[in-house]
Amino acid sequence: MNTDKSQIAYFFLAPAVSAIFVFFFLPVIAAFAISFTDFDIYTLGDFSTLRFVGLENYFKLFDDELFWTALRNTFYFVFAAGPLSIAVSLGAALLLNSKLVKYKAIFRLSYFLPVVTTLVAVAIIWRFIYHKNFGLMNYFLGFFDINPIDWLGDPVWAMPAIIIMAVWKNFGYNMIIFIAGLQNIPEELYEAADIEGANAFQKFKSITLPMLAPTTLFITIITMIGYFQLFAEPYVMTQGGPLNSTLSIVQYMYQEGFRWWNMGYSASIAFVLFFIIFLGTLAQFKIQKPAIS
Amino acid sequence: MKKLFLYTFLIITAIGALIPFVWMISASFMLDGHASVFPPRLFPDQFVFIQYERLFSNLSVARNFMNSFILSVLVTFISLFFNSMAGYAFAKYRFAGKNKLFNLLLSSMIIPSQVTMLPLFLMLKSMGFINTYMAIIIPGLANIFGIFLIRQYCLSIPDSLIEAARIDGASDFKIYRTIIIPLATPILATLAIFTFLGTWNDFLWPLIVLTDDSMYTLPVALANLMLEHTKDPELMMAGSVVTILPVIIVFLALQRYYIKGIMMGSVKE
Repeated sequence: MNTDKSQIAYFFLAPAVSAIFVFFFLPVIAAFAISFTDFDIYTLGDFSTLRFVGLENYFKLFDDELFWTALRNTFYFVFAAGPLSIAVSLGAALLLNSKLVKYKAIFRLSYFLPVVTTLVAVAIIWRFIYHKNFGLMNYFLGFFDINPIDWLGDPVWAMPAIIIMAVWKNFGYNMIIFIAGLQNIPEELYEAADIEGANAFQKFKSITLPMLAPTTLFITIITMIGYFQLFAEPYVMTQGGPLNSTLSIVQYMYQEGFRWWNMGYSASIAFVLFFIIFLGTLAQFKIQKPAIS
Repeated sequence: MKKLFLYTFLIITAIGALIPFVWMISASFMLDGHASVFPPRLFPDQFVFIQYERLFSNLSVARNFMNSFILSVLVTFISLFFNSMAGYAFAKYRFAGKNKLFNLLLSSMIIPSQVTMLPLFLMLKSMGFINTYMAIIIPGLANIFGIFLIRQYCLSIPDSLIEAARIDGASDFKIYRTIIIPLATPILATLAIFTFLGTWNDFLWPLIVLTDDSMYTLPVALANLMLEHTKDPELMMAGSVVTILPVIIVFLALQRYYIKGIMMGSVKE
């Protein structure tokens, strides 16, 4: 139909679109502007103290030891938890997609439960699971004769602890998408491979993985975007410690902006995060595009 | 043989996924100190409600629960209303700048919300909305993903239905209200559960704009409580149960719609 009734269309669009312009686009532009100023706690009291400082905030970031630590930690998290989450999701999807398995709904539900539950509450549970003396994790590892690890108190183990928790929390989400992708692969492909005598691994490598490529690209991008925004897990479990070993970019942005009110500086951190996510998304398209077409 | 292997893996994974919740529930019914033992208990030695009593009588958790509930319901209804109108317009009307606007909205989905937080805070502060419900409602009025989902769904509604209603003399808003909304119920349910859970579970933004104990949502209240009660797993687990339980109930009731939403979001081409 697509009747040309522009005015009525604008009437329907106005509430949502104006809300998005005023409370999303405008703040994005304003944040960009603020990142070139020295907006701080004095500016909050007296707006006339605001000065334009050009790229100074960005230069300052370059020399800021703590910023590099936060950047390094966040990359560590993204590049460890990301592939691990995706691998576990794919594994669970393959298991659940097997024709031999019954009670699929129950398994799927139990894998999915961590996804919907409140991140803060879950992080609190895991904080106790990681307790050095009384936690379930060390109890479990004890069966394999592994000595108790001070998961959240040791700078070496704190980030791995957060990574394990993140994988546990998130794998169910991507699993659902992978299952949908698997079900779209035509059965004939596997039958043809069977006739040619291909084994399970060969079938996985030359049918399943290539056919899943678009799904994998999508999953990689959303997982990466989400993981770059790491915040609540370290905030609740470690407060960024010990020795800043779990300080993330978003947490650093939050501290600078909303604890010390260095808003100009904080805005520049937010834009670096945006820039990284943007580049990461582009890179995924570039890397995985050949596999899809 | 292969079957046994499959089931072993599936069951181990299921235990891994669920055991933190089992421990949470069990610890929440224990006396102080009874969860800090080795080996960990997966069932309470003595079954007591004392932690829940503390949460609701000494602490402001009942109030926090109401905040979370009211805000999640409000944001869900308002954004559903706004998004559905916009999604319908994008699907069924022709107007100047339509494609440009739609593409602008879609491509801005890559911008992380953290970028907007500083200016948004300053805006809300100048309007006097910090530490009020408005500070949560305003950024949640509409969202691009929601508009997109509804548009996709409305594209599949036959034009002939709308045409027929128009010939009968129905106004555009009446068509929206009596034809589009009922037909779009499945996608609205999907979006409702996403929005409800998203608002309920959100942490960073409420942490920034809610500054008072009595205004906190449950996740903020819980994170704050954690700082004072690092050594009280029993109390903290009761708080976690209170926070998680509504989410699980909503999810179990509307599971079908939630799963469908994940899949719809993943096939945007």
